[in-house]
Amino acid sequence: MYRYIISRILLVFPTLIGAAALVFLLMRLVPGDICLVRLGSGGTSFTQQALATCHAEIGIDRPWILQFFDFIWGMARLDFGKSMWSGKPVIMEIATRFPISLEVAIMATIIAVVIAIPLGTISALKQNTWIDLVVRTFSIAGLATPAFWLGIVSILIVLDVTQAVFGHPWMPPIDYVPLWQDPIRNLSIVMLPALTIGYRYAAVSMRMTRSAMLEVLREDYIRTARAKGLVRRLIINRHALKNALLPVVTVIGIEFAFLLGGLVVTEQVFNLNGIGRLMVLSVQNQDYTLTQALVMVVVTIAVLSNLVVDLFYAWLDPRIRLA
Amino acid sequence: MRTGFRLGAVVVSVLLAIAVPASASEMPKRGGTLTYMIPADAPPSFDGHQEGTFAMLHATAPFYSTLIRVNPENPSSPTDFVCDLCTEVPQPAGEGDTYIFKLRPGVKFHDGTPLTAADVAASWNKIISPPEGVLSPRSNWFMMVDKVEAPDPSTVVFRLKFATSAFLPALADPFAFIYKKETLDRDPQWYKKNILGSGPFKFVAYETGQSITGVRNPDYYHPGLPYLDGFTGIFADKQATRLDAIRSDRAAAEFRGLPPSARDELTGALGDRIVAQESDWNCGSMVIINHKRKPFDDVRVRRALTLGIDRWQGAPALSKIANIRTVGGIVFPGSPLAATKEELQQIAGFWPDIEKSRAEARRLLKEAGAEGLSFELLNRNVDQPYKYVGTWLVDQWSKVGLNVTQRVVPTGPLLEAQRSGNFAVNSGANCHGVVNPLLDIQFFLPASVGIANYGQYEDEKEIALYNRMLRETDPSKQRALMREFEKYVVDTEAHQLWVAWWYRIIPHRSYLKGWKISPSHFINQDLATVWLDK
Amino acid sequence: MTIEVAPTTATTVPVLLDEQGRTVRGLWGVTITFLRRQPVGAIGMVLVLIFGLAGIFAAWIAPYNPTSNDFAAMTEAPSWAHWLGTDQLGRDLLSRILFGARTAFIVGMTSALVGGFSGLVIGVASAYFGGQLDLWLQRVLDIVMAFPLIIMALAVVSIFGTGVQNVIVAITIPLIPRCARIVRSSALAIREVPYVDAARALGYGHTRIIMHHMVPNVMGPFLVIITAFVGQAILAEAALSYLGLGVQEPVPAWGLMLQGGAEEYASTAPWIAIFPGLAIMLTVFGINLFGDALRDVLDPKMRDR
Repeated sequence: MYRYIISRILLVFPTLIGAAALVFLLMRLVPGDICLVRLGSGGTSFTQQALATCHAEIGIDRPWILQFFDFIWGMARLDFGKSMWSGKPVIMEIATRFPISLEVAIMATIIAVVIAIPLGTISALKQNTWIDLVVRTFSIAGLATPAFWLGIVSILIVLDVTQAVFGHPWMPPIDYVPLWQDPIRNLSIVMLPALTIGYRYAAVSMRMTRSAMLEVLREDYIRTARAKGLVRRLIINRHALKNALLPVVTVIGIEFAFLLGGLVVTEQVFNLNGIGRLMVLSVQNQDYTLTQALVMVVVTIAVLSNLVVDLFYAWLDPRIRLA
Repeated sequence: MRTGFRLGAVVVSVLLAIAVPASASEMPKRGGTLTYMIPADAPPSFDGHQEGTFAMLHATAPFYSTLIRVNPENPSSPTDFVCDLCTEVPQPAGEGDTYIFKLRPGVKFHDGTPLTAADVAASWNKIISPPEGVLSPRSNWFMMVDKVEAPDPSTVVFRLKFATSAFLPALADPFAFIYKKETLDRDPQWYKKNILGSGPFKFVAYETGQSITGVRNPDYYHPGLPYLDGFTGIFADKQATRLDAIRSDRAAAEFRGLPPSARDELTGALGDRIVAQESDWNCGSMVIINHKRKPFDDVRVRRALTLGIDRWQGAPALSKIANIRTVGGIVFPGSPLAATKEELQQIAGFWPDIEKSRAEARRLLKEAGAEGLSFELLNRNVDQPYKYVGTWLVDQWSKVGLNVTQRVVPTGPLLEAQRSGNFAVNSGANCHGVVNPLLDIQFFLPASVGIANYGQYEDEKEIALYNRMLRETDPSKQRALMREFEKYVVDTEAHQLWVAWWYRIIPHRSYLKGWKISPSHFINQDLATVWLDK
Repeated sequence: MTIEVAPTTATTVPVLLDEQGRTVRGLWGVTITFLRRQPVGAIGMVLVLIFGLAGIFAAWIAPYNPTSNDFAAMTEAPSWAHWLGTDQLGRDLLSRILFGARTAFIVGMTSALVGGFSGLVIGVASAYFGGQLDLWLQRVLDIVMAFPLIIMALAVVSIFGTGVQNVIVAITIPLIPRCARIVRSSALAIREVPYVDAARALGYGHTRIIMHHMVPNVMGPFLVIITAFVGQAILAEAALSYLGLGVQEPVPAWGLMLQGGAEEYASTAPWIAIFPGLAIMLTVFGINLFGDALRDVLDPKMRDR
C-alpha cells in the first residue's frame, strides 16, 4: 500500500515538469511578444527604440534555456516571478482574482449536488416512467447546451424581464465585493454564473447518480433487504444511496478539476474578474510569466485531484490496500 | 445629400458640443460620485509618459495636471488650447522658435509639496529625451524641441530647433502628466506603479483588473472645481457588459465610444434618460500594403486597390453598424489643413464616379498583369470597426475582380506579423490624441525616419516633402504642401490607403453633465468639469 | 496445432440481438432493430441526420449565399424573406446555419475520428506492451489532459494560422488522452487474461493478438466514446470561436456566429444569438441521445455513464 502511494506521488513530478516545459515552449513559439502588444495595440505609432527598451526591461531577449531555468528554479521556490504586463508579482495577480473563481466553483458544485443527487435518485427509482424521462431529457440537454450561450441568454432574459416588470432593467453589480462584506451583493453577482456552470455539472452528476443507483438497486443485497421487509426509504438511505455515492463522488471530484475550463468562458460572458478571465488576458497579452504560472496552477489542481481519486480507489481496493 | 456632407458632420458635431450639455446656462451641482466604464482590462502601468493606451488614461488622467490642454469647454476645436498649469498660452517668441510659459502660483502636489517649473521641465525632459531604460513612445513628436529649461521657479522655456505650427498641439498631449522632479531623479520608473499628481482628484484605491477610485482634491488650483466628490472607473473589456451597465444604471457612461447599435438600443430602451454626444473621431481606418510582397511593389496594383473602394457609398452604409462615418483625406476633417470635397474628389479612390474608378482599377490590374489576383487581408480580431471594415473591403475588391480572403488573428500575432512583414495587405487603423495633422500623418513616413511603419518602403521624395511642410510657417503655403503630400502618398504612390474616418458616439445617462465630446478619446478626461444632475 | 481458448469476458465483443435472441446481421438489419429497440435513440439519430444532411446539401437548399453582405438588410427580424432573420452584416441566418452545420460536422467528426483512433492506438499499445512504455505514455497523457484547452488552442492558432484544419488540431489534442485512458483500462482487462501469454508462447505476432483479441473487445466503449466526442468537439469549437481562437470570418460556423455581433445585438436582435445556439444544442442533444442508445445496445453494463 505504502509503496503504491509513494510511487504514485512521485509520478506527479514528471507530469508537472512536462507541463511546465510544454507551456514554456508553446508561449515562445507564438509569434509576437508582450512589448508589441503593450506599445502597439492602441493604434498609435511608437519608436523602434521603445520596443528595444521594453524587451531589455522584461528580459525576453535572453536565451530561452536561461529563461526556462529561471522559471523552473522559481517554481521550486514557489516564486513565480512578476507579471510581464503589470510588473506586479504573479502570486498577487492570481491571489486577488482567486476568491471569485473559487466562490463560483463552490456555488456551482453546491447547486449541482443539490440538484443532481435527489433528481438522479428519483430518476433511478422511477426508472422508465415519465419522471425518469423528464429528468433524463433535462440532463442530456444540460450536456448539450454551450455554457456561454446559456450565460448570454440568461443575462438577456434577466434584463428584459426586469425591464418589463419593473420598468427599468436590472443587472447584477459589476464590481465584486467579498461575501462577508456584503452577502446580498456578492450573491447577486455570483448566482447567475454559478447556475450557468452548475447546470452542466448537475447534468453529468445526475446521470452518474442515476446509473450508480440503478446498479446498486439490482444488487442482491437490496433484494434481500426488500425480502426481509425493510421499509423502502430505509433501504434507500441506509444501503443503496451510500454505495451508489461512491462513483458519484468520484465524478464530482474529477469534474471539479474540469470546472476551470468552463470558468474561462463563463467569466468572459459575465465579465467576472477571476482566474479564467485572467488566463484569457495573459494569453492575449502574451504575458509569459503569468500564463506559465496560471497553467501550472491549473495543471497542479488537475494532477492533485487525479492523485486523490487514485489513492482513494487504492484504499478501497483490498488487493492494493492489503498488499 | 452628399454635398456638404463632410462639412455638415463638422457643423453638427460643433453644434452638439455646444448645445447638448446645457450646463452653460445651468448651475452645476456639487457632490456625488461618478461611476464610469473603462473599455479595457488593466493597464500595463500608470506612467503616462511610457504608455499609449486609453485604458491607462481613462484611469489616471483625473489625478494629474498638464501644462496646456485642449479647452474643456470647446474640445472639438482643433486649435483652441488653454492653460492648465500655465497662466497664459504664449505666442512664439524669437524667430518663432521659443515659447515662454509662466506657471500659476500656489499649485501643490497631492502630498502637499509645491509644484514648480523644475517639475515641469523635468517631466518634459523625460518625455523628450528619456533616460536609459525608460520608454517614450511619442518622443518623435518632439523632435523639433531643442531644450526645455526652468530659469526660475515659475517660468518654463521651450527652445525649438525650428519654428513649426505642430509644436503647440503636441504640447497639449494628454499623456504629458507633470511629475515631481525629486521623485523622477530618485527613480524614473516610480510612476509606473504609483500615482501622485496635482490634478482634480486624489488617488484612493486600485483593484487589479477591477476598478480605480479617486476623491476630490480640496486644494485644486482651478477654483470651484472639481464638482464631483469622487469617481470610480470600472474596467470591462466586453462591450455587452458596458452597455448593460449603462442600461441598468450601474455606470453613467463609457468614454471611448460605442457603436450606433448601442446608442440605438440605449435610446430605445431609456428614452430621455440617455443623451448621446457624437463627433468625428481622430482615428481612421487604413490599409497598409507590404511593398516587399509581389505584386504590391508595383504602384499600379496599389492604385488599383484604392480605386476599387467605393468610399462615398460605403461609409454611410457602414455608419449604421460601425463607428465609421466621414469620408476624408489624410487630415482630420474640419481642420484648416483638411481637403475640401472638391479637392478630395481629385484623388484616386475619392472620384465621384465609382464605375469610372473601378474601370480604371481593372485596367491598371490588367496592365500590371495582376488580373484576378488572390491575396489575404490580414485583420485584427476586433469587431468594431476592424472586422466590419475588413469584410466590406473584401466585398469591394471582389467587384474589381480581386479574390481576397480575410485572415483574422489575435492581437499579439497580428502585431508580430506586421512587424516582420509577414503579410501582404493589412487592414488597420491609426489613432491620435490632440488633432495635430502635421504629426498625425507621420505614420505615412518610411521606417527610416524612426517610426514603426510596416509598409516596408523607402521614399526620399516623401520625406523631403514632409520636412518642407513641417517647417513652413505660412499657413496657405503649408496647406498647398499638404495637398501635394496627400496626393503623393495615397494617389500617386499609393503607399498606404486611407479608407474613412471613425465616428465617436458617447451615449451617457442624462444626469451626467459638464463633459463635452471631443474628436479624441484621449483628451478631456480629467473629469474636473463633470457634475451630476441628481 | 492451434489452441483456441475462449476468453473470459470482462468486456464483450458487441453483438446485436433481436427479440428472439438471435444475432442480427447486415447493416440494414442492424439499423431497423436499433430503431425498434431504442426509440429515443432513434429520435437522436433523426436529429443528427437532419443537421448532417443540411450540412451536406447546404449549397443546394440555402436560400442565400452565407457570406455575402447586404447592408440594406441588416439585423432584420425573421420574415418571409429571411426565415431566421439576418445578422449585423445583412447575412441570412438560415443560410449561415445550414452551412454552419457543414463546418460543425466536419470539425466534429474529424476531431472525433482522428482523436479516437489515435487514442485507440495509444491506449491499446500502452495496455499491451505495458512496462516502461506504458509508464511514460501515461505521464505524457496526464500532461496533455491537464493542460488548459485555451492555451493549446491559442498556440496552435497563432503558430499555424487560423482555419478549420487548425481548429481541428487544437480540439483533437485533448481528446486523444481521454480516449486512450478508457481504451487502456478496457484493454488491460484483456491483457491480464492467460490466453494472451499462451498465444505469445505459441509464436503469434503482436499484431495478430492485438487485432484479433484486444481491439474487438474495446470496440464497445470505443464506439460510444467516439459518438460522445463528436458532440464535445462541436461544443469545443463553439467555445473556441467565442473566444476568438476558433474558425475565423467569414467561414460560417455556429460558434463564430455567437461571437462579437451576437452579444452586441443581443437586446435589439436576439435572433442572432438564439438560433445558432439552438442549432448547437439540438445537434449535440441528438448526438447524445444516439450515443446513449448505442451504449445501451452495445454494452448494457455501461448504461448512462
